[in-house]
Amino acid sequence: MLYINCPHCGMRSQNEFSYGGDASVKRPELNKEVSDQEWDDFVYNRKSLRGKHLELWQHVSGCRQWIKVERDTATHEIFRTFKADEEVA
Amino acid sequence: MTQAFRIENGGLINREKKLSFKFNGKTYFGYEGDTLASALLANGVHLVGRSFKYHRPRGFFGAGVDEPYAVVQLYRNGETEPNIKATEQELFEGLEAKSVNCWPSVNFDIGAINNFLRIFLPAGFYYKTFMWPKSFWYRIYEPFIRKAAGLGVASTKHDNERYEHKYEYCDLLIAGSGPSGLAGAYAAAKNGAKVILAEDKPRFGGSLLTSDVNIGNQSGKDWADGIVAELKTMPNVVVKNRSQIFGYYDHNMLVMSEKVSDHLPSTKKYHPNKRLWYIRAKEVLISSGSIERPIVFGNNDTPGVMLSSAAKEYLKVYGVLVGRKPLVFTNNDSGYETAIEFKKHGVDPVVLDSRENPVSEIIDEAKNLGINIKNSYVVVAAQGYKKVKSADIASISENKKQLGKIENVQCDCICVSGFWTPTIHLASQSGNKTKFKEEIDAFVPGQSKQNEITLGAANGVFSLEETLKTSFTAGSELSKKITENDNKIAIPNVVEKKSSQHDKFWCVPLPKGKNYKRFLDFQNDVAVSDIEIALREGYRSIEHVKRYTTLGMATDQGKTSNLNGLQLVSEIENKVVPAVGHTTFRPPYTPVSIGAIVGREVGKHSKPTRKSPMHSWHEKNNAVFVDAGVWLRPRYYRRGNENLFEGSKREAKNVRTNVGVCDVTTLGKIDIKGPDAAELLNRVYTNAWLKLPVGKARYGVMLREDGIVMDDGTTTRISENHYHMTTTTAQAANVLSHLEYYLQLVWPELNVNVVSTTEQWAGAAIAGPKSRDLLQKLFPNSDVSNEGLPFMGYMEGDLFGVKARIYRISFSGELAYEVNVESDYGNFMWEKIIEVGEEFNIQPYGTEALSTLRIEMGHVAGSELDGRTIPFDNALEGLVSKKKDFIGKRSLQRSAFIAEDRQRIVGVVPLDKQTSIPEGSHLVKDDKAPLPNPKLGHISASCWSVEYDNPFSLAILKDGKNMIGQKLFAMSPLKNKVIPVEIVSSHYVDPKGERVRS
Ligand SMILES: [Zn+2]
Repeated sequence: MLYINCPHCGMRSQNEFSYGGDASVKRPELNKEVSDQEWDDFVYNRKSLRGKHLELWQHVSGCRQWIKVERDTATHEIFRTFKADEEVA
Repeated sequence: MTQAFRIENGGLINREKKLSFKFNGKTYFGYEGDTLASALLANGVHLVGRSFKYHRPRGFFGAGVDEPYAVVQLYRNGETEPNIKATEQELFEGLEAKSVNCWPSVNFDIGAINNFLRIFLPAGFYYKTFMWPKSFWYRIYEPFIRKAAGLGVASTKHDNERYEHKYEYCDLLIAGSGPSGLAGAYAAAKNGAKVILAEDKPRFGGSLLTSDVNIGNQSGKDWADGIVAELKTMPNVVVKNRSQIFGYYDHNMLVMSEKVSDHLPSTKKYHPNKRLWYIRAKEVLISSGSIERPIVFGNNDTPGVMLSSAAKEYLKVYGVLVGRKPLVFTNNDSGYETAIEFKKHGVDPVVLDSRENPVSEIIDEAKNLGINIKNSYVVVAAQGYKKVKSADIASISENKKQLGKIENVQCDCICVSGFWTPTIHLASQSGNKTKFKEEIDAFVPGQSKQNEITLGAANGVFSLEETLKTSFTAGSELSKKITENDNKIAIPNVVEKKSSQHDKFWCVPLPKGKNYKRFLDFQNDVAVSDIEIALREGYRSIEHVKRYTTLGMATDQGKTSNLNGLQLVSEIENKVVPAVGHTTFRPPYTPVSIGAIVGREVGKHSKPTRKSPMHSWHEKNNAVFVDAGVWLRPRYYRRGNENLFEGSKREAKNVRTNVGVCDVTTLGKIDIKGPDAAELLNRVYTNAWLKLPVGKARYGVMLREDGIVMDDGTTTRISENHYHMTTTTAQAANVLSHLEYYLQLVWPELNVNVVSTTEQWAGAAIAGPKSRDLLQKLFPNSDVSNEGLPFMGYMEGDLFGVKARIYRISFSGELAYEVNVESDYGNFMWEKIIEVGEEFNIQPYGTEALSTLRIEMGHVAGSELDGRTIPFDNALEGLVSKKKDFIGKRSLQRSAFIAEDRQRIVGVVPLDKQTSIPEGSHLVKDDKAPLPNPKLGHISASCWSVEYDNPFSLAILKDGKNMIGQKLFAMSPLKNKVIPVEIVSSHYVDPKGERVRS
């Protein structure tokens, strides 16, 4: 079970969180012309990386905040966590 | 029965307390502190089972967790449990156990014929033979294999035992209470660290219980007892025996199974049988010790052949002699310790040492005691069927290839020591890449992966002095990091005998002309010849060899067999052992009861149960409940002998003719506040929301980004910047997360707050032509006329002194209202509605009638919004705005979603107006078409229309728009039904929607 550092609450076990997928995906702006390819990339296409991956988790049984977690998908090592509005350098 | 093999004095058992127990129906006696194994051995019982494949007789091989043979079926307090290791099961008064793997009995076993047919049962036999013909598998092969093999029988009864889960956090978790664990725990505890010390056996001390050493002028055992006693008094230390740490998971999470009651005749009231601990440790000290490994020789599975360390443990801990004419076969000094113990108790052992001329203190002591020692000697084969009667022994050449002349010597047990294998399972599970250590011919942990350190024998260090030194230091250092205390601890003096180098020898060659079975894996019957076959047939990877031969795949997970298997593969392949590599260690280290894993989450505790505030009223009024997600909802209220069909029909009809009331508390409710609330709704719903006036409700549909309908519901504008959203019962949690996702991550600029208020409001839907009359009586001071409270209107009202929210919305398609009050007043509201509604013939209605009402109106619900449909499919395209953008809009342009013959909701009526159509039936054009019959659509929901008094269903049908009036067939192969049907409009009742506006 992972041990995730919620930037709002501190270290909490994985069973308080739910997974939200790739955090690097950016939703196209509303009311903007979007090509089929662009839209498919947003909705469906994911890299499914092996290694360092920035992903979304929601602290559903805690503060209910969505957070970003930098995690190695192969080793499960967690490097850093960020608030939703924090820029990831 | 006398305990003929129990020595007069000695051992750690309580001779004051005699216990009786039964094995295979026969009564024996033992003492408190015995294991089932030690008690049986005390009575001279060596035959405990039969092996898995050849059904050869099986005795005891070890004295603990590594035991491969002595697996029994246990009976305790009216329950039975399979696969219990007799070496781990503590004796209690009245214990009963039986052998497994024996049919019909341990002494006469039909499967043993496999032993004589073993030439036909080599590696991969099961794969090769039982694969064809395929039809034979279920009828012939499987029943036979199941009866002839298998390990014990699982109980089919309900398990009345209770199992608990516990979450714990600590600074330092220590796996194993041998010298290393005790030293580490003590040093860390003295620094104020929060320590958990876990020992899988009942007694603390590990190897100190049986070794002849001195620590700080005390015997090893006395020193251990002193340390444990002191640790137990410290508030920052948890000391647990009978507790096996079996898994090392991510981020220093370890799981431990504590046997709370297995050693007692029955579980004490309110106590669990087992407790599963989830422990998050800052640091972990793995002090799991080592397991002696066998030397492979002919018939080495005969009862009476056992590990030398086990023989010593039976003698020193339990006061039991495993034999009176022991042969000790060793390649290192450990065998001598066992021989010396025998000698001290008046038994004359013979030691066969494969080494030519070993010299050490221990060997000198053995010599001085007059023990008969034969150097460069080996056991070639054990003789005897159900018990060792003698041994064929021979001298061996220096290169270990040539045997001398074979002699036969009488003996009643063979104690074998092939040196020690560190128990690296936990370290390996943590992700630690292990490395091969040449000096000990075994793997040890490499670079730490998580916050773990492995010390002592588990790390391949067999010197007590070094173990204590490193462990005290590690305990201090690890705890200092955490507590910042630095209490110095004096490391005690150690007196131990120095050992000489072990012999790199693990397998005795076969003598000319003999074809003895030489076993590697004792539980799965994997012999040297099986590995040879696998390699000959081209298997190379050790993982493949393991699976093909089943080496190391039994319940002991190869604790005594893995390394010898590796040695063999490396020898045949002419590779070094590290190049062959070992198979992956996976949790659990030792079998864990399913009950312990499941814990308390059984039966009604397997998920939470949510009840509305009106639940007790429903109960009192004969509600038959149904699970709706985690909620319990009334399905119908039974009157007399009514069944579901009759009851729900009555309730639905009463809504259509009079008035009914339904508990809708379970609907998801989300409170939305903020200046940008309308903008948020406008983005998440497909229709327009910017112009909804205060005091008005609107129906909305929300999509996922892929264009699929996610949920529907009404949202009401309570005041300028305040909205009340409702969701379906099932999607409540998902919708809230969905809104939070967009507000926090995608559109943080929107100034809106959302919070779930599902549990804050109790809800009652009042529906039927007489609902307005009832409402007027409930709220005499409010104007609830069609003008005062029009369709989709909202107002607040005073319900006999309780503040209520009144929404004029309808799911049933009738004139209807929904009244909400704060949850605590839910029951009050409900009783008032029933009381006042009496004169209008009110009846409560459940979810079944609710379904009937919505189905015949063509209102969609979860069975249509099933994660595969878009708004058009549900005839909701009128709610999709063409002007504004919203979540999922772009996806609706996908070619499949705008296809001419796109699926769409329709109504379905059986031609005979009699036969109900099973939900899930497929709609086809031709019921006689060859399979697979092209599917045009499926029945999503079925009911008995109370309006027309005939069956009616909804379906999602290809090109549904142009299919009205067509005749098709509804086929349900599952229910063996073919029903001719006509396709009609999904709006079966009141297609113009006049009633809701009346
Ligand atoms: Zn949090």
